Amino acid sequence: MNDAGGPPYLRVDNLTKKFGDFTALNNVSLAVNEGEFVCFLGPSGCGKTTLLRAIAGLDIQTMGTVEQAGHDISALPPKERDFGIVFQSYALFPNLSVTRNIAYGLENKKMPRAEIDARVAELLILVGLSEHKTKYPAQLSGGQQQRVALARALATSPGLLLLDEPLSALDAKVRIRLRHEIKHLQHQIGITTIMVTHDQEEALAMADRIVVMNHGVIEQIGTPTEIYANPASPFVADFIGTTNFMEADVIDGGRISISGVVTAGGEDAARFKPGDRVTVCLRPEDVLVTEDAADGNGAFPVTVTDVEFLGSFYRCHLKPADGGAEFRADLSANRARNFDVREGRALFATLPEEFIRIYAARDAA
Amino acid sequence: MTQSAAIGAAQPPIVKPKVSGEDWIMRWVLVGIALYLVVTILLPLYAIMSKSFKNADGAYIGLANYAKFFSTPALFWSIENSLTVTLICCVIVVTAAFIYAYALTRTCIPCKSLFKGVALIPILMPSLLPAIALVYLFGNQGIIKDWLFGYELYGPIGIVMGECFYVFPHVLTIMLIAMANSDARLYEASDALGASKIKTFFTVTLPSVRYGVVSAFFVCFTLVITDFGVPKVVGGKYNVLATDIYKQVVGRQDFEMGAVVSMVLLLPAVFAFAADRIVQRRQVALLSACAVPFEPKPNRLVDGAMLAFCCAVGFILTGILAMAAYASFAKFWPYDLTMSLKHYNFDLMDGGSWDAYFNSIEMAAWTAVIGTAMVFIGAYLVEKSKGFHSGRTAMQLLCMIPMAVPGLVLGLAYVFFFNAPNNPLGFIYHTMPILVICTVTHFYTVSHLTAVTALKQMDAEFESVSASLKVPFYRTFIRITVPVCLPAILDISMYLFVNAMTTVSAVVFLYSPDTALASVAILNMDDAGDVAPAAAMGMMIVATAAGVRLIHAILTRGILTRTQAWRHR
Repeated sequence: MNDAGGPPYLRVDNLTKKFGDFTALNNVSLAVNEGEFVCFLGPSGCGKTTLLRAIAGLDIQTMGTVEQAGHDISALPPKERDFGIVFQSYALFPNLSVTRNIAYGLENKKMPRAEIDARVAELLILVGLSEHKTKYPAQLSGGQQQRVALARALATSPGLLLLDEPLSALDAKVRIRLRHEIKHLQHQIGITTIMVTHDQEEALAMADRIVVMNHGVIEQIGTPTEIYANPASPFVADFIGTTNFMEADVIDGGRISISGVVTAGGEDAARFKPGDRVTVCLRPEDVLVTEDAADGNGAFPVTVTDVEFLGSFYRCHLKPADGGAEFRADLSANRARNFDVREGRALFATLPEEFIRIYAARDAA
Repeated sequence: MTQSAAIGAAQPPIVKPKVSGEDWIMRWVLVGIALYLVVTILLPLYAIMSKSFKNADGAYIGLANYAKFFSTPALFWSIENSLTVTLICCVIVVTAAFIYAYALTRTCIPCKSLFKGVALIPILMPSLLPAIALVYLFGNQGIIKDWLFGYELYGPIGIVMGECFYVFPHVLTIMLIAMANSDARLYEASDALGASKIKTFFTVTLPSVRYGVVSAFFVCFTLVITDFGVPKVVGGKYNVLATDIYKQVVGRQDFEMGAVVSMVLLLPAVFAFAADRIVQRRQVALLSACAVPFEPKPNRLVDGAMLAFCCAVGFILTGILAMAAYASFAKFWPYDLTMSLKHYNFDLMDGGSWDAYFNSIEMAAWTAVIGTAMVFIGAYLVEKSKGFHSGRTAMQLLCMIPMAVPGLVLGLAYVFFFNAPNNPLGFIYHTMPILVICTVTHFYTVSHLTAVTALKQMDAEFESVSASLKVPFYRTFIRITVPVCLPAILDISMYLFVNAMTTVSAVVFLYSPDTALASVAILNMDDAGDVAPAAAMGMMIVATAAGVRLIHAILTRGILTRTQAWRHR
């Protein structure tokens, strides 16, 4: 990110898109810097693809402006904009070979044949498909097709690369490999990139910044760590990673009472006054679990009600011994072994105030 | 960098997307094709409608013509006659086609592709030809005349028999599609729950094809009530609406009454068409993406019965074709049955000539070439152009109209419209172009729907990708869209060619001595008593249509294996 200043490469201002009575995007604004990799993340129907298509000019917005490299492109048809695009379906031309697919945009530019061939060869090496260049799309695997689509989109050296759920049609393993490949490629070329995805892991792994969307509005914009550690709303906290949601009351001295369990509320508690109903969010991996009370500051007794084995860690469902709502805590495999975690085991838990996030109760997702 | 809330800002203006030069090209071409349809279907329909409210001098007389129609028993009884034979045909054909399709899709009978092929025989001929074959079989000198137990062929019996033969493949096609949409999982579930075969039939099979059956019924209804060839030859004194139009116009030169009967015939056809469209829309919703195709298991009893049924139907279909062929070669029916080609010497016959045959070929070729180009480009623009919703919706509606208009009504409408003294397009009247235009329009809807189906199967983002690569749409159309849709394009051109060869109804009012057509020649030779030459001309059409289908099959296979190697892994 070049926070140092300078105008952003792409700027979206107060964008609204209506389909009849339905508002798909409601007054959305954001800016993308040159060379940045931005992910639009959200559940299906949140407006992320609509926003991407508005930026591409494929479905032009009802109101608002889009500026690219200092030019107002709000009303321009896609042909008069500067972008390459990869769709979820890849939309490879089935009757053209890999080479011809990649060369499709170049051939139109009346470039000399030799120059086209050189550029295609370069792109084939870039995406690692040189030995498949004479094949047709149907003869390639999903991952290979995806890379052809990427090469075709990059062939004309556009200023902006748009990726519409480019990985969701692939197997889990291929998806993880291609994630790195795309990120690496993007870094290598330095092209400003926007990717739409509903997969939070993908967004966290790839993006410089994530734009979390829901119901046609932006919930939060930030780096992956910002979004994960400081979700701006219960929705973001719930959508990214796993979170315990607990109803609580604010009591005096910056403390909160979670159905009887009283603990320090951290910074967030200062925003509320005693007596407020609030929603408390705490990620399972941030819950501190100990064998005896002395180890934790503010520890309270809990009983294990259920244990889920999730490979590298165990997710324990804990019920406060003095009553109150059940919550989850993640224990690494060896900790879980040491504590001999099983149903009915009595342990102590601490809710560390530095990780607690508090939202007004009505905001609860 | 972050959300900038536009607090208190005025509502930003609505963005008006810029329409590029390419968009304008697409819109103008779309408007051009839409205008073609307005001129060749809407305006003629208006002409025939206004004619029905006028007297012979062209003065407006309100409903007087209709009053005359409904007070003349000989005329309005035709409505009842038409409905009677049509409904009987619908019941017979839908039932037979249902069983035939069931046998082909849900049982293990052998030779399925042979039976499928045999069922297509009637598509290759004008409806006049099976009627002529019926005359040879059951007419006054028919070889199996006794099978009618003394009843006369000429009249409702002949019409029902001929129509059943003629519409069978059309109805069967719909039934086959409906049956193909079966989901094996439902049958497995029914089996697992211990339901009997008969219970499964009534709870799974029938509900899943009910829309197909209803749709088949309406298609059958429309085809039979608007067909003119069969009742013309074997109708005798039994008047139906379709023959009435012809009689009023050609026999009595009463154009106004012809227009009135046309409007009366248009009503049930439009109704059946609208009902069919509604039903088909529902059928689509029934399909589920994860359905598993049904694999029939052998069952001796059912397979045996079904095989017997298919053989019987197949025997009737081939029998009628064989009869027509035999009649065309027999020297002097029924006295001298030695084979000869004398009936193929059309130039010696009243109402026929080899010129007519070659005119037909020429007309069919033009129809196939021009029609396919126009239909495919029109469908492409409707499906793939951006914005311009009003224009695209209007075009979609226009494309559906021709299907609802019976051929005779269309033909007569052209007479009123293009022969009007003040029509600047009048110069094409009595020429080859008007025959081509009329035929393209007549068969526009089915061709359009075929093209739309093929285009819908293409990735919706080809155009978006091309635009992002700055490739003009026409380049992508030629390099991607056309090659990918080539099988459908061939289907359309074959459909247009074969129908142009066999159609009688629309062109019967439009040909001139210079542009006589083979199908019309059959009609005229039959009228003049040259029945064997009429059969011979019919066989020429059958042979030509069969040849074209063969070429089409070879071409399609060649394309699929060679230029479309990409379809296979």
